[in-house]
Amino acid sequence: MSTAHAAGESHQPVFVGPTRAKLEALFPNYPTKQSVLLPALWLVQEARGWISEGAIHEVAEVLGLTPAYVKGVVTFYTMYHTHPVGRHFIQVCTTSPCNICGAEEVTKAFLRHTGCGELGATSPDGRFTVIEVECLGACGFATPVLIDDDFVEGVTPERVAGILQGYK
Amino acid sequence: MGYPHPSHAGEHPVLSKHFGDAGARTFDGWVKRGGYEGLKKALGMTRDQVVEEVKASGLRGRGGAGFPTGMKWSFMPKEVVKPHYLVCNADESEPGTFKDREIIRWTPHQLIEGCAIGAHAIGAERIYIYIRGEFTPEHKILLAAVDEAYKGGALGANVFGSGRRIDVVVHRGAGAYICGEETAMMNSIEGKRGNPRIKPPFPAVAGLWACPTTINNVETLAAAGHILRQGGAWYKGLCKGNPKSTGTKLFSVCGHVQRPGNYEVVMGTSMKELIYDMCGGMRPGRTLKAVIPGGSSVPIMTPAEVEDCLLDYEGVVAKGSMLGSGGMIVMDDSTDLVYQVMRLARFYAHESCAQCTQCREGTAWTTRILEKILAGKGRREDLDLLLDLADNMTGKTICVLSDSCAAPVVSAIKKFPAEFDAYISREKQPVMVTA
Repeated sequence: MSTAHAAGESHQPVFVGPTRAKLEALFPNYPTKQSVLLPALWLVQEARGWISEGAIHEVAEVLGLTPAYVKGVVTFYTMYHTHPVGRHFIQVCTTSPCNICGAEEVTKAFLRHTGCGELGATSPDGRFTVIEVECLGACGFATPVLIDDDFVEGVTPERVAGILQGYK
Repeated sequence: MGYPHPSHAGEHPVLSKHFGDAGARTFDGWVKRGGYEGLKKALGMTRDQVVEEVKASGLRGRGGAGFPTGMKWSFMPKEVVKPHYLVCNADESEPGTFKDREIIRWTPHQLIEGCAIGAHAIGAERIYIYIRGEFTPEHKILLAAVDEAYKGGALGANVFGSGRRIDVVVHRGAGAYICGEETAMMNSIEGKRGNPRIKPPFPAVAGLWACPTTINNVETLAAAGHILRQGGAWYKGLCKGNPKSTGTKLFSVCGHVQRPGNYEVVMGTSMKELIYDMCGGMRPGRTLKAVIPGGSSVPIMTPAEVEDCLLDYEGVVAKGSMLGSGGMIVMDDSTDLVYQVMRLARFYAHESCAQCTQCREGTAWTTRILEKILAGKGRREDLDLLLDLADNMTGKTICVLSDSCAAPVVSAIKKFPAEFDAYISREKQPVMVTA
């Protein structure tokens, strides 16, 4: 209860049931509780889709850290969402190797076909959020796009509409 | 092999021999292909003997720095007083580099075998494989392979009946290029922001949780299994150029070549052969403008420098750049170099951990000045300002992220001045509306 009060919002605890068990299984992997922070945050994001203030307080309490410390870590890493995103999160690589192969046109095609309008915004139907991401490490397969956990290679503007049909 | 293309006669596939072959991905499949023989051999040897074998091979770090691997391993204390740790750097994020991803994707056991050999050599019982957060399929493949390796006896309390304990923990990153820097990586594993640490102390003295630690790249560790199985002398014999650069190396070639992909060649192979014969050269009607040979953090090369460049640590340095990770970005005459250098600067500005002033401010200002030039508002003095900034960003910070931003900028201004002049003299139409 204290976590919800501290966050000033209603927060349903994440670390109960099977998620709690997953967290407990991580502790033997590290000599300190603090080291479980990154994997614990991944568990939160898997369960809730993003990491709320309430979740930050809960993680802090579970790992014996301060909420401010946890927030400092959450905001350092770009893959943790600090606000809700669309049902499908689309990351288009636009760093130089992909950029010279037309990645910015791919981004535009995603913005157009999802109805997101601009980078970082969620489409009005709540289905998509599109962002540009720095190097996805698949430069020989330009343009790579990460949709949720799916790594799609060799995306061209022409393929975008078809790819999106697989994500309702 | 030149995955996703068939192997080229000029290649020498060792690490990439089974790329594209899904059968090599399982424990049994790897064993059938001669896998885990290197680890078994290593377990029958003392720590020192394993280190000596790797020293004899001449293997150098494939993550970019090229530090001799055997020597790095020998820095670990002989007596295990506090726990020793091996960290495998699978945070492949250097623009232009995509080799480690293929090793994990096709041959995860090749990596696990190398990790276990490394752990044995440094007296570690636990290995952390730090894989970047964006490699979602590879993360799953690796977790499945680790599971299988435990069941097959290649990991656990009694590895292949040797009495030796070796455990692997796969630690997933969460989106931060800087965590590929070894001390930032250790902070990230400890549950901290990925800020690099000041050295000394070096990791072999005080690394993870202040315990002796060694950090090796995926490709480096993957090579260890082959070196143990076939001998250091065999590996050392793979050399076409400088005898200080031995073995095979994976080159990730991307950009404007006809067949981008990974190519594995013997050290000292000609760069031109790689770009023109193996990768098929430029697209029809196009000519080469520039190559960034070692991931985006190294100086840009001109076609004249590419002409007789040998692909080994010394060969690329002789041409004014660095071999780095072997991630080659090839750019033809359609490329706007000023725009691409701005994109790289923007990358480093985005990825700066912001600890050091020179980096935090330098990468941001470099980006803004380049944007201003691209917007048609540049002045001649801006180029001097960029060079002055770069000077203040080089060799003055905790890690080399800031140096990495400066290298392509300085080399582009010095080697391709006409590209910048075209914008500054307003000969070329502005391409940006901002700034």
